[in-house]
Order: sequence, then C-alpha cells, then structure tokens
Amino acid sequence: MHEENRGRVLREHFGIAAALGQYVIALAGNPNVGKSTVFNALTGLRQHTGNWPGKTVDNAQGTFTYRQKPFLLVDLPGTYSILAHTVEEQVARDFICFGQPNATLVVLDATCLERNLNLALQVMEITPNVVVCVNLMDEARKKNIAIDLPALEKELGVPVVPTAARKGEGLDTLRETLYQVSTGARKSIPRQLVYSQAVEEAVEKLVPTIQRLIDHKLNPRWVALRLLDGDKAFIESISRHLELQLSPKALQEVAAL
Amino acid sequence: MQPSDKLSLADLTVGTAGRISSVELDGLLRRRILDLGMIPGTQVECIRKSPVGDPIAFRVRNTMIALRSDAANLIKVYPF
Repeated sequence: MHEENRGRVLREHFGIAAALGQYVIALAGNPNVGKSTVFNALTGLRQHTGNWPGKTVDNAQGTFTYRQKPFLLVDLPGTYSILAHTVEEQVARDFICFGQPNATLVVLDATCLERNLNLALQVMEITPNVVVCVNLMDEARKKNIAIDLPALEKELGVPVVPTAARKGEGLDTLRETLYQVSTGARKSIPRQLVYSQAVEEAVEKLVPTIQRLIDHKLNPRWVALRLLDGDKAFIESISRHLELQLSPKALQEVAAL
Repeated sequence: MQPSDKLSLADLTVGTAGRISSVELDGLLRRRILDLGMIPGTQVECIRKSPVGDPIAFRVRNTMIALRSDAANLIKVYPF
C-alpha cells in the first residue's frame, strides 16, 4: 500500500514510472563532478542526459539490475545546495524529500571535496539513506591529492565509495553499497549538524507540532530548520507533495512558536 | 572594533587576499554565498577586476567565483 502510493507520487509529481519492487535511487551532486558519467556507468546508458526541462525528471532515469534486484536511477540536476534558490535545486530537493527514494547517492569531486561536502551534509539532514561517492579519484591522484577515505566515512557516518567512473574504477563496490543501503541491509546514522543554542531551542519547540502536522512523512528536524529559514517555497512544496492541507491556521500555529 | 572591520571584498586589490569577517547579505543571495563556501573565516583572494570594477573575480577554496560589486561590498573581510 505504502509502495503503491509512492509509485503514484513518483508518476504524478515527478514523471517517473517506477515498477513495484523496484529500488529507486536519487543521484545528486554539484555541477561537473561526473554525475552523468556515474549515471551512464551504472545504467549502461550512452546518451548525455542534458539539462532540466522544468520540473519533470522523466528523461533522466535509467535502470540496472544487481543481485537480481531491479534499480531505477534518477539523475537530479547538478546543484551546490538544495536549499532551493533555483528551479534545479527545488527539483533536486523535492525529489529527495518527497519522492522517497530508497537511497540517495551523492557524487563528490575528489579534487574539491570541501566545497562539495556542503551538499552531502544537506542531504544527510534530510535522510539517513545516503551513499557518498567520491568521484574523479584519477584526477585527484594526478594532482597529488590524497584522501583519507576511512576517516571521511567515519566523520560523515555514511558509506563512502571512491570511484573514477570514467575508467570504471570502484563501480562494483558502488553497486554493492547501493544494494546494501537500498535494501536496508546497511543502516547509517549520518552526522547531524548542531546549530547555535538559539536555533536548537527553536527547533526543539517546533518539532512536536511539525510531527503532528506532517504525520511522520518527513524528517521533522529538517522541516523545522526550513521553517526557521522562512523558506516559503518549501512550505508550498510540502502542501503539494504530501497532499495534505496545511491550513493557514496550522501554519500560523507554527509561526507563532 | 578595529577600523579594518569596514573593509569589504570589493576593497581588495588584485593579488591581495582577506579573511571573511561577516556576510552582511540576506535572503537567497546570502544563502548562495554561504553555499559556495564563503563563510566567516574563509580566505578569499582577489584574482581580477573587470575594466569598470564590476564584476570582480575571487578565488575561494580553489574555485573562482565572480561577484557583482554590490554583493562584494557587503562581504566584510580582515586584510591579510
């Protein structure tokens, strides 16, 4: 029942046709990190997926089978952030939030990890089902950049897989990790950012009300942070995608807190 | 406070660097600047200025970022 509903939401809201029993994986990353190369390497598709026509994601999906399980990979637009200042970011955020993918694969550029980690941390605030792929390892080697991957994995609290997708390096491990996270065989507790005391106190006050309003469909802490941001577009997305009527009264209730 | 608090990214001359002290922008542009890794404490180097001084290119965490001068004016720095 739950899965049928997800299938319907994916179809109607995102233009994605996921078969029953298919594991859905969202693919996120900054622009130019080789996201499409990872996508093509996993799905065997050759075409360049190109840019985003409005809000539909239907021409950026591919499938693969691993250990007899069917996977649907959805290539999201390249973004530095998912705090929605642009249509692309809104698409990426809405999909990760409301499309309920079984796992989200965040592709990072090994040659500028620091800037890329911003997006990974943002995704980890939304969902624990995250796999981080450090791509362009070949480029990093050329530039003599060494990355302590076990330390990174420990710090982030989610699986980290090094790849050079262009050369096919690391893809087997990536498939296996995606399989484990999607099926729930591997659970993570991602590192969560702790904000200033004032923000944390406000979040704590908001969470019980949010939990009641959104009925456990989203991570309440994350929703609280967005409300504190005053992100109006996000509130509209909640109403639209969760198909619940957030009455002005309910929102006033939250605003009043 | 020291007078250097008043210095902004727009005041950096080509080839000089500063460390961000505060980002006095709001809303979406503030969010964008923070997302690009320009947060208090970040080292920023002025790479080049266009002939009319707007926009200005900066190096931030190994990435080149161009800013309009009205935004650069509101990102305050300590000089190096």
